[in-house]
Amino acid sequence: MLLRVDKATTSKFSLRKRPTSEKLVDIGFKNIVVAMASMVAVVLFSIFAVVYYESTESISRYGLRFLFSSAWDPVTDEYGAFTAIYGTLFTSIASLLIAIPLGVGTAIFITENIIPEYIRNIIGIMVELLAAIPSVVLGLWAVFIMEPFIRPFLNIIYELFGFIPFFGTEPIGAGMMPAILILVVMILPIITSISKDSLNQVPSNLRQAAYGIGATRWTTIFKVIIPAAISGITGGVLLALGRAMGETMAVTMIIGNSNNFSWSIFAPSYTISSMLANQFGEADGSQVSSLMYAAFILMILTLMVNVFAQWIVKKLSLKYQ
Amino acid sequence: MNIGNNKMINKISPKNKKLQNDSSISVSLDNVSIKYGNTVAVKNIFCDIKKNQVTSFIGPSGCGKSTVIRAINRMNDLIEGCKLSGSVIFEGTDIYADDIDPVEVRRRIGMVFQQPNPFPKSIYENIAFGARVNGFRGDMDQLVEESLTKAAVWDECKDKLNESGYSLSGGQQQRLCIARTIAIEPDVILMDEPCSALDPLSTLKIEETIHELKKNFTIIIVTHNMQQANRVSDFTAFFNTEKKGKDLGGKVGFLVEFSKTKSMFNSPKQKSTQDYISGKFG
Repeated sequence: MLLRVDKATTSKFSLRKRPTSEKLVDIGFKNIVVAMASMVAVVLFSIFAVVYYESTESISRYGLRFLFSSAWDPVTDEYGAFTAIYGTLFTSIASLLIAIPLGVGTAIFITENIIPEYIRNIIGIMVELLAAIPSVVLGLWAVFIMEPFIRPFLNIIYELFGFIPFFGTEPIGAGMMPAILILVVMILPIITSISKDSLNQVPSNLRQAAYGIGATRWTTIFKVIIPAAISGITGGVLLALGRAMGETMAVTMIIGNSNNFSWSIFAPSYTISSMLANQFGEADGSQVSSLMYAAFILMILTLMVNVFAQWIVKKLSLKYQ
Repeated sequence: MNIGNNKMINKISPKNKKLQNDSSISVSLDNVSIKYGNTVAVKNIFCDIKKNQVTSFIGPSGCGKSTVIRAINRMNDLIEGCKLSGSVIFEGTDIYADDIDPVEVRRRIGMVFQQPNPFPKSIYENIAFGARVNGFRGDMDQLVEESLTKAAVWDECKDKLNESGYSLSGGQQQRLCIARTIAIEPDVILMDEPCSALDPLSTLKIEETIHELKKNFTIIIVTHNMQQANRVSDFTAFFNTEKKGKDLGGKVGFLVEFSKTKSMFNSPKQKSTQDYISGKFG
């Protein structure tokens, strides 16, 4: 319904009555935003659909056997992605296990007033810069600098613990271990900067409450601050897990790209992403379909990680508002 | 006696040497000045706070009441660049001496803050956490009930001890915070404008709680509300500010008058006190 507007008021406030054009802009804006938001969903579902459609041949031929076979033979058309799936999961989870304590620890160090602020700021900036290094540069560094540097140490582990299957082959260069370490370098800034932000967002009066009842810094951090920030930290960790699972360039350069399954973390291995990057160029026919199947599995894996993440975040998050 | 304590004794002025034997004094501020970075916030505070009495700090905004109260349990340590000179003597010990652990100070001198700040845990856990931090060995259920009863909030939360502290109303949350502080049995309870975020009814309840607590604790309360100071406190300290130099807009807080609440409100000695309590400024 239209409101009646007094003439006298209109002369002072020209917009008492909104012009039709302004209302149209409002409606138009709302519709554009809705359309843009829907685009995200459309793109997501179409990628899923296309990847699934392209892999149907392989899915119907191998079914779940694809997940548990390490064969990859274009001549006999026999494909299986077990090594790549195992490699993807193992490298990303192992790199998380190393990066979480390092990253969260750094974040705590940056947000607490243990040392003067300007030093903390410098460390914070350096962490952010670490994230800015292109992955191909990190891969190059890993191949020519890091791997030769750590090889003697890996050799010592091999000589001492070689009887354990995980350390059962001699480190000869590219392999899973250097790939894990380069992944640590890549996901560390993600974990650190997101943890830092969520630690900073914990209301300062919670910290004061803890100190006010005589809690030590240790208790305050681990019983009050981290529990209050845990949902954000978990979010960061899972973002990092997603990155680790999907990371292609640096891993492809250092992991050795071998589809032969080995328990040893010193042996060359594969991840789904590095397999895709290596093979899409020469692939045709059912090999393309198998690669699509592998890609589909990778998407399902990351989807599962995300759903699990949401569930964990909900479980862990403490309401403090 | 160790070296640290000897040094501490040397710092105490003759006036306080006498007071050290005076067992009715709980906290004594001796020429306390506090700086934030290079800005002086308050200067030259002398004040003896009596045991088992309620002392209120009043004064206009920015006069440093909160800064002073937070200095008494070293909460200001959390603020970067905050420096204190002079000494704060608690039961004969300078709590700013080098060998004093601020955590131990806060276990003896508890604090209730301006905004209710329960932990994001259950009501029960809000009490139990502090007790555990302080190494409580006893019946935790009993402690929780006693503390909540003393803080006059037991009836409201006895049926939902496992619910989040945030499920309570603002006034109840503040009394939960008081209960949390009582539970660790400090000697002194500092309250920094505990009622400023509350409605009049909750305020009244908290004032009743303060009356009850006086029997067992020394209470220092910062308040903007002069009626409240008049109602709850036995002693009142009036703080004011003065312009610092001509070039800076900064203000420095100082203690104008400290006396029994009754005599301050009936016959203030200073003109600025008279003006403030009669509502002419502030």
